[in-house]
Parts: sequence; C-alpha cells; structure tokens
Amino acid sequence: MDFIGKNLLNKVSGLLDIPTSGAFNIRANGESAARSTSENIDIVSKTDKPGINIIIKPGTKGESVHIPVIVSESGLKDTVYNDFYIGENCDVTIVAGCGIHNCGSEDSAHDGVHRFFVGKHAKVRYIEKHYGEGEGRGKRLMNPESEVTLDEGAEMDMETTQISGIDDTYRKTTAKLAAHAVLTIHEKVMTTGEQHADAYFSADLNGEDCRCNIVSRTVAKDNSVQNFTSVLNGNAACTGHTECDSIIMDHARVLASPQLCATCIDASLIHEAAIGKIAGEQLIKLMTLGLTEKEAEEQIVNGFLK
Amino acid sequence: MLELRGVGYEADDGKEILKDINLKIDDRFVAITGPNGGGKSTLAKVIVGIAQPTSGQILLDGEDVTNLSITERARCGISYAFQQPVRFKGLRVRDLLTLAAGKDTKVTDACQYLSEVGLCAHDYIDRELNDSLSGGELKRIEIAMVLARGTKLSIFDEPEAGIDLWSFQNLIRVFEKMYQQTRGSILIISHQERILNIADKIIYLKGGRVEKYGDRESILPGLLGTSSRAACPVLTEKMEG
Repeated sequence: MDFIGKNLLNKVSGLLDIPTSGAFNIRANGESAARSTSENIDIVSKTDKPGINIIIKPGTKGESVHIPVIVSESGLKDTVYNDFYIGENCDVTIVAGCGIHNCGSEDSAHDGVHRFFVGKHAKVRYIEKHYGEGEGRGKRLMNPESEVTLDEGAEMDMETTQISGIDDTYRKTTAKLAAHAVLTIHEKVMTTGEQHADAYFSADLNGEDCRCNIVSRTVAKDNSVQNFTSVLNGNAACTGHTECDSIIMDHARVLASPQLCATCIDASLIHEAAIGKIAGEQLIKLMTLGLTEKEAEEQIVNGFLK
Repeated sequence: MLELRGVGYEADDGKEILKDINLKIDDRFVAITGPNGGGKSTLAKVIVGIAQPTSGQILLDGEDVTNLSITERARCGISYAFQQPVRFKGLRVRDLLTLAAGKDTKVTDACQYLSEVGLCAHDYIDRELNDSLSGGELKRIEIAMVLARGTKLSIFDEPEAGIDLWSFQNLIRVFEKMYQQTRGSILIISHQERILNIADKIIYLKGGRVEKYGDRESILPGLLGTSSRAACPVLTEKMEG
C-alpha cells in the first residue's frame, strides 16, 4: 500500500498499516486489498454483487473487526454491500470508514450499503469515519446507507464522524428495534466551502421497553448546506429521544427536521433541535484566557465536535 | 500597578455608565462596591477590554493598554472571572484549565487548582462545562481558571454569588493564596461585608463615579452605616417593617 493509501487508512480506521492479526477486510479502489478472519469472525465475499458478509459467532466477546475502504483513483465510483450477522450474546466492535483521495478532475464516490442483524442480547459498538482529501477539481462523494435490525435485548452504539473533505453526502440510517433493544447514534459532521450533507434517520421502536437515542452535532461553515431529518416511530411502550444541535457560521444553511410519530399510548418520544452561532460570551471568555478570536473559535468548534 | 485616568464609558443609547474614573490600584486586595447599576461590572469590563472606554486611558505597569484587545490585555497579565460563568458544550474542565494555564493540565495540576475551590479533580477534570454542572460548580471552576493563570492582576465579579455550602472563609483563603503566588493585585467586585473586611482598599462606585476610595478602615464604617434604601415610599415602609 502506498503512502496515500496508508494515510487514508490511518485517518478512517486508526490503523498505521495492514494489520497482521485479527479480523479485517480492507477494500482499496473497488477491490479487496487484504483480508483476515479469526476463529470467531468470518468474512465471506458476496457472489451476486460487490461486498462481504461478516459473520460473528454467538457469544464472541471483546473482539473487533475492521472494514475500511479507501479510494485514491480519481473518477472511481464504488458501491459495496456489506451484511453483518452478529450472533446472540456477542460483545464486539466494528470499525468501518471510508477515505477518498481525489487529485483528479473526475468525481470519486463510495456508497456503502450496510445491513446489521444483531442477535438477542448482543452488544455492538460501530465506529465509522469519513474523510476526504486531494486538490483535484473532482468531487469526493459518499452516500452511506445503514439498515439496523436489533433483536430482543440487543444493543448497538453507532458513532459516525465526517469532519472534513467530503463534498456531497447523503446518509440514510433506518432501524427496527425489538423488545428491550437499545440503539444509540452519535453523529458528528462539519461542512465547509460549498459542501452539502444530508442525513436521514428513521427508527421503528416496535418492542416493549426498547430505547433509541439519536444525537447529532454539526458545524456548518462558509456556504455549506446541511439537512438533518430524524423520524422516531413509537409503536410500543418505548422511549425515544432525538437531538440535533448545530453551530452555523458564515453563509451556511442548516435545516433540522425532527419528527415523532406514536401509535401506542405508552410511547414516550422527545425531540430537540437547536441551531445557533457561537455565543459571543464564549469567544470573550476564551479571549480573556489569552486566545485570539480565531483560536477561540477553533477551540469551541473542536470541543463541540469532540 | 493599574491606573485609570479620566476613564468614561457611554453605552450605545448614549447613557453615561462611567464618568471620569481616576484610580491607582497597587494593593493586594481592592474591593469595588456600591449600589446596583453603579457601574461596577462595566468598570471591570473596561479594564479587561470587553468594553472600550469612550474617554480616558488605562495603564498597566505604566504601559498604555487602552487600545489593546481582550487577548492582548490577557497576555499582558489581566485575568477576569465572570459574574455569570459561560457554559461550553464539549469543552471539559481539563480543556479550560489547560487554556488558562497555557500548558497541558494533568490530574495532579488540576488538583492544585480545583482543590483550592473545594472540588475534586478526579470527579471534575473530564466533566463538560455544560448544563450538567450547577451554577455554583461553574462559579468555582471560573475561580480555578483565574488561579491557573496566576497573573499580576486578577478581577473577580461577585465571586461569592451562587457559592452555597462552600464558605466565605475558603474563598478568602483562595485570594490569600493567589496573592502569595502572584504578588499581584486582586480586584473584587462584591456587596458582601465579609469580602470588604479583607480588602486593603475599597472603591465605592455610585452613579458611574468613584464616590469614595481609600483604606478599608476609613471607608467601611461609613458604608455599613448607610443603606441604599429605596426612595419609593412603599418600599421604605416595607423595609422599615
């Protein structure tokens, strides 16, 4: 793997090079670049379309699987379908993510379509980072789609981050929760320049005592545009909370549309949405500590997205 | 030494908040007191650079800082604890102390500052300065930040307000320790007699003017003997019971 590839790999997965152990699948420029399985985690290529099945044996605990994607060929448009089958009573971490380096004039795109089937009482931590770089005129585009199915008592914690370099993104996440299932989503997005980021979350809270918490923190700078939509459907005695908190700067545009729909009288659903500029008193406080206005702004934005 | 020469401040609506303030501050503890709306907080903001005076000069150790920004004055050695501390989503106590001290803050460093204000560093260092902290906790962290800076001029705007169970005596001890470390001046805006009691000098500000400025012994008895009783006859009757 060349320097650019290694840098992208590090940005999205924290890996410095191709690992020598553990379960992983690295996809580079539309092809599998490296793969390793473990005793409990199997990775199998799909035969009908590009992508893999990740199968984690029931009861697997403390293991992780990395499935980063890197695109460094300008003009490459890659769509991949990955299905995760997480057995009952597992406790595992999945690290995904995509990095695009585009120094050419054609658009580069990666669309990852992920489906998660989380077994009874299994716990999954899912971490996904999106990153783009390169000086070319071609855009860097990503459209991730996630479909989550949580069985009884299953828990999934999703952290998704897109801090810089992606020109256009449409993220769609849908979920179905059975009884006692818990879904937590933390999304962090920063857009700059002329970038455009759309996010759509929808969760069907179907089982008794299931819980869903969707928290989005975003910063929109320059002329960038963000649209955030979250829909919680409370179909049982459940608890749902969705929160969108955005800092708007320069000439950006932010649209937040939380929606709640209850079909059960015992559903308890809450939404919060706040959009505002950096408070003047926050800047002043940090300036009284010796920071310049620009340094203060950076600290506030970085802290907000931390 | 901080010196104010003929400092005036006019608000956007034309109202004169500060009028011809002339002060030389070189003592250990100087208290600014006076009735509400007298210009105390505005005076602090003018010194810190948050409000720009419409007339006069501000000198710090003989250097004219009147036209310096908030940042530049902070770097010259002026610290300021807000009356109402600011909340930050995402920034932790550790981050703010690091910025205040100008160096990475570990638990042991944080302990040095936070224990002074009655907070355990282990419990607080990774807390965000968001709505999960009470007003009293934020106020103590605000004071700890000024401690971490350790500058030659520290200004506190009503530091005792909102600090409930933590005693005045502890707050006074913080000021004493701060002085031992910085050997600078500590300027405290307060209405509290217990704070005024430790001041070397007292400034009595009323209607935007310095009505009195001198040693505690000469100013305090006069202040305690007078109340800022309202002119309104209804209020006067109620206050007299």
